[in-house]
Amino acid sequence: MLARLLKSAELDTRMLGMVGALLAIWIAFHLLSGGLFLTPRNLWNLSVQSSSVAIMATGMVLVIVTRNIDLSIGSMLGFIGMVMGVIQTDLLPKLLGFEHPGTWLLTLAAGLVLGVVLGALQGYVIAYLGIPAFIVTLGGLLVWRGAAWWVTSGQTVAPLDDRFTLLGGGPEGSIGAAWSWAVGAIACAAVVVSLVHSRAQRKKFDFPLRPMAAEVFLGGAACVVILAAVAVANAYPWPIGSVRRYAEANHIALPDGGLFIAHGIAIPVLIAVGTGVVMTFLARRTRFGRYVYAIGGNPEAAELAGVNTRWVIVKVFMLMGLLAAIAGAVSIARLDAATNSEGTLAELLVIAAAVIGGTSLAGGTGTVAGAMLGAVLMQSLQSGMVLLGVDTPLQNIVVGVVLVGAVGLDTIYRRRMGSVS
Amino acid sequence: MNATHTPLVDMRDISLSFGGIHAVDRVSIDLNSGEVMALVGHNGAGKSTLIKILSGAYRRDSGTIAIRGEEAAIANPRDAKRYGIETIYQTLALADNVDTAANLFLGRELQTRWGTLDDIAMEAQARQVMGRLNPHFQRFKDPVKALSGGQRQSVAIARAILFDAQILIMDEPTAALGPQETAQVGDLIRKLKAEDIGIFLVSQDIADVFNLADRVCVMKNGRVVGTARIADVSEDDVLGMIILGKCPPRATPGPGAIERSQ
Repeated sequence: MLARLLKSAELDTRMLGMVGALLAIWIAFHLLSGGLFLTPRNLWNLSVQSSSVAIMATGMVLVIVTRNIDLSIGSMLGFIGMVMGVIQTDLLPKLLGFEHPGTWLLTLAAGLVLGVVLGALQGYVIAYLGIPAFIVTLGGLLVWRGAAWWVTSGQTVAPLDDRFTLLGGGPEGSIGAAWSWAVGAIACAAVVVSLVHSRAQRKKFDFPLRPMAAEVFLGGAACVVILAAVAVANAYPWPIGSVRRYAEANHIALPDGGLFIAHGIAIPVLIAVGTGVVMTFLARRTRFGRYVYAIGGNPEAAELAGVNTRWVIVKVFMLMGLLAAIAGAVSIARLDAATNSEGTLAELLVIAAAVIGGTSLAGGTGTVAGAMLGAVLMQSLQSGMVLLGVDTPLQNIVVGVVLVGAVGLDTIYRRRMGSVS
Repeated sequence: MNATHTPLVDMRDISLSFGGIHAVDRVSIDLNSGEVMALVGHNGAGKSTLIKILSGAYRRDSGTIAIRGEEAAIANPRDAKRYGIETIYQTLALADNVDTAANLFLGRELQTRWGTLDDIAMEAQARQVMGRLNPHFQRFKDPVKALSGGQRQSVAIARAILFDAQILIMDEPTAALGPQETAQVGDLIRKLKAEDIGIFLVSQDIADVFNLADRVCVMKNGRVVGTARIADVSEDDVLGMIILGKCPPRATPGPGAIERSQ
């Protein structure tokens, strides 16, 4: 019954496999750690820790789909982070005064512009000068890391603007219970509307329809997952210190049992999910996305069909730069400090997330959602092992083995599917 | 043929070398509306290179291209499409990982009023045009790499005729097809001819050429051996042009013809 439902829902079996693997990992860690893993606190932290890599993984999918690679994003993140740190702690306070309400927005805007410019520069060299992306971005890895040091001659910039740090999460950087439910409700409504709309469209053109039961099942399952995620985020209370400060600031007498203030969804998680939605839209619903996949499938065919393939590649790298800047903002905000080593090795985590998420290095295939799931999977492994007290060297070994193993399994799976069709 | 009317396509003295090798050497060829001009020759004779210059895939070193008597600037495939030049490449040039509709509309996607892809409308048109070419075709959701050779060929042909081509270039359009599908392509060529479309037909198959073409142009070693009306030459004449470079009396010799005195 369930198998038939799943089949008629036309769900991607690969994606379901990944969700299954993720759940298996979660349950295993939960049992091994004696019930520490599947707690609101740990899951909330996991979501925040995953955001930065997840944000960049959405762009790395498109880079890899076009048969390119970007090794520079970790360094780019560090460099842009340093620049944003200096802008908000030094440049803007001199102009606007300390803790000006516009500081965070101007800083973020400057960072995003810088990300797009750096990405465009690399993209131009790759697409128009014909230098392989591997080399260009390997150069970028060294150049931007060096540049990050140069911004302040290696000095750490801290603390950051109070509003800016909200981008990194924490009790204040979360939207609270009521707003979280609202976001959940909007997401559920969006799922239902999109299912209804696509069914109506297909009906209009007399295309084959999914059975009604499958539609209801799909919509229901999506809404349950969304609302469960919100419930988990809302079940994690503020730590006592934050509650006390909050009570003092608002002149509330703290009751004996303490005060339950829910975190709700963290702002960086909201940014990551929003990024995922926008990137999925770009990849699936726009010309740009269509061209990205077509170039990955057959670059020559895309060019012959009249696609300006070089310009598309430049745009892909611009987007990657933009996402590195967003991830940079989230990272430094979470630390409340910008350091020149921020984002070291992040490019490898991001590539690993994309590849575990089903992106083929041969180009042409990969989904944004898969890559984000890959990011969560990698982060789950890491934080699970921390919970179990596994040493860092062993952690690296496990993550490395899992990466190769996951891609190995996927290769076998694809080969099987290929021989069937 | 009257000498005063303007040809649909007039390529004059086209040359292109790849590092010292003259792939196409001072080639002149023309094409009229409603005419099928066959382009024949051995592998490496320069046929595919010549038509890729017209379709914008290669840039010529020298020479001029005029469309309806006006000089045309063709520097890339987008330019060529603006002049109504559509091409069915020998390699088919399909993006294997996306579906039929995505391939048909690649580079010219239909969009909704919000600027997003109108997949539904594209699939509807794809079903229509594919229904004409290959009525049994149903696999609209599959990436084209999952299709058979003949189905892939239909997709490539459908893409070329979907956008009101004025000039159609077909590079070995029946190479991957069985006899029945080959006959269908023949019917299609006659139909397009009747719609006043000019067609360059690159083919290895002399029988096909005599069956479908109005004129034939033979190339050898990057040069034109000669051009002739099909009615004026025999299959043996054309084979002689291909193999020996010998231009028969009723054909117009080109720079690639061996001297008659020899």
